[in-house]
Amino acid sequence: MYGLFLRHFYLITRSFPRILDLIYWPSIQITLWGFISNFFASHTTYYNNAVGVILTCAILYDFLFRTSIGFNMLFLEEIWSRNFTNLFIAPMKISEILTSLIFTALVRALIGLIPAVLLTSPLFGISILELGIYLFFLFLSLYIFGITLGILVSAGLLRFGPSFENIAWSTMFLLAPFGCIYYPIEILPELFQKIAYILPLVYIFEEARNILINNTVDISNLIQAFMLNIIYIIISITLFFYSFNKARDKGTLINIGE
Amino acid sequence: MKTLVEVQNLKKNYGEKQAVKSISFKINENEILGLLGPNGSGKTTTIGMMLGLLKPTSGKILIEGDKIEEDRIKILQKINFISPYIELPKKLTVKQNLIVFGKLYKIKNLNDRIDYLTSKLRLNDILNRITGELSSGQKNRASLAKSLINNPKVLLLDEPTASLDPEIGDFIRSFLEDYKKEKKISILLASHNMNEVTRLCKSILMMKDGIIVDSGSPAKLIEKHGRKNLEEVFLKLSRSPNEHN
Repeated sequence: MYGLFLRHFYLITRSFPRILDLIYWPSIQITLWGFISNFFASHTTYYNNAVGVILTCAILYDFLFRTSIGFNMLFLEEIWSRNFTNLFIAPMKISEILTSLIFTALVRALIGLIPAVLLTSPLFGISILELGIYLFFLFLSLYIFGITLGILVSAGLLRFGPSFENIAWSTMFLLAPFGCIYYPIEILPELFQKIAYILPLVYIFEEARNILINNTVDISNLIQAFMLNIIYIIISITLFFYSFNKARDKGTLINIGE
Repeated sequence: MKTLVEVQNLKKNYGEKQAVKSISFKINENEILGLLGPNGSGKTTTIGMMLGLLKPTSGKILIEGDKIEEDRIKILQKINFISPYIELPKKLTVKQNLIVFGKLYKIKNLNDRIDYLTSKLRLNDILNRITGELSSGQKNRASLAKSLINNPKVLLLDEPTASLDPEIGDFIRSFLEDYKKEKKISILLASHNMNEVTRLCKSILMMKDGIIVDSGSPAKLIEKHGRKNLEEVFLKLSRSPNEHN
């Protein structure tokens, strides 16, 4: 029994991503649900006139989640199937690999999104299409941010190897409390608000609620989200190229598939 | 004879550790060069650098005169690799895998190429089967087909017959001999199977601790070291103190 304990103890203590994984999951869950509970306890009438706001935000968040995880899954599939080396010795530029993964992640996310959107109407009498043309911009913004997170995690996989996989599954949960998906930003403590404002998520979900609850459109939210998205996607692509070069230097590309 | 591969003063350091210490060699067309050495001698690192998966600390790798560090994509179009540590996607059929890799390598007349490899590697019975459900020997033939999908001029083989039964191992060796003759390709063969190396390679590099400690034909090495066979030469060189350090 002690031997089996040691086997896992050695594994955990030799992997920083695994230690991080153990620590932040409970913290994130408590933080997220703490804010949600806090909000509903103090703002019981907030959603009274906008049936479906929560469901709409859930669909938007799920699209973001699917896009990000979808991108990571494509990368992880190659590692799990030990096909990683075959991919990187094919005559493809890194930009071509990224482009194909970005497109495939969109197809995967849409396959999940379309049935969810279609189901909300007959089941709950709610149509996400009420967001009108702005729905497209909200989805586009979420798609770009989802891809950004996917590229960042893939860069981590390249740099640190498969032990970074746990991070891949939990990036979205890590960001969820700051994304203000189900509650307005005011519910967050001041320090968290500052962090939230540097993420595009808060502008996207604030705008979705604004359209559904107030029936008004604040274009500045959409513009702010796009500007932040552009900054983050440039950073993520740069980091991916940096990680690829580091992986070539340290030999991770050879070992990762084995 | 035309030189297809030229490795010049190739070095690779991982921090303080020197994995490959300034090695040089050439591979001519229509030649199989054996790369022997104990585990950790630098064989995989050398192959990794030739494939562009590893950045050399210094030195050059030229494939038909093109440098891997400068013309990575161009070189990867005419090179390929097979190793028992790398597999094809398991959920796809053999044919789907060949189509995917054919597209990645931008192969023209892909169906003709797949038909040719199917016939040469006896893939007919397994072409539409799920790759993950195949036996080791069948997977090996499917991987070999993938490694030849781009009609490579240079083929890097890392333990191509490891874990195969003698009959399939013999089939693969015969296939490689015939294919090399037919296509005049260069092959670098890293193997621990001394009979295989003796049969296939006219020339051998013996690596140890990141350097080439000896080279020559199997017969010459056996004679030079006064041993009965290549395995004994391998053991002698592996166990002797490294004079080149």
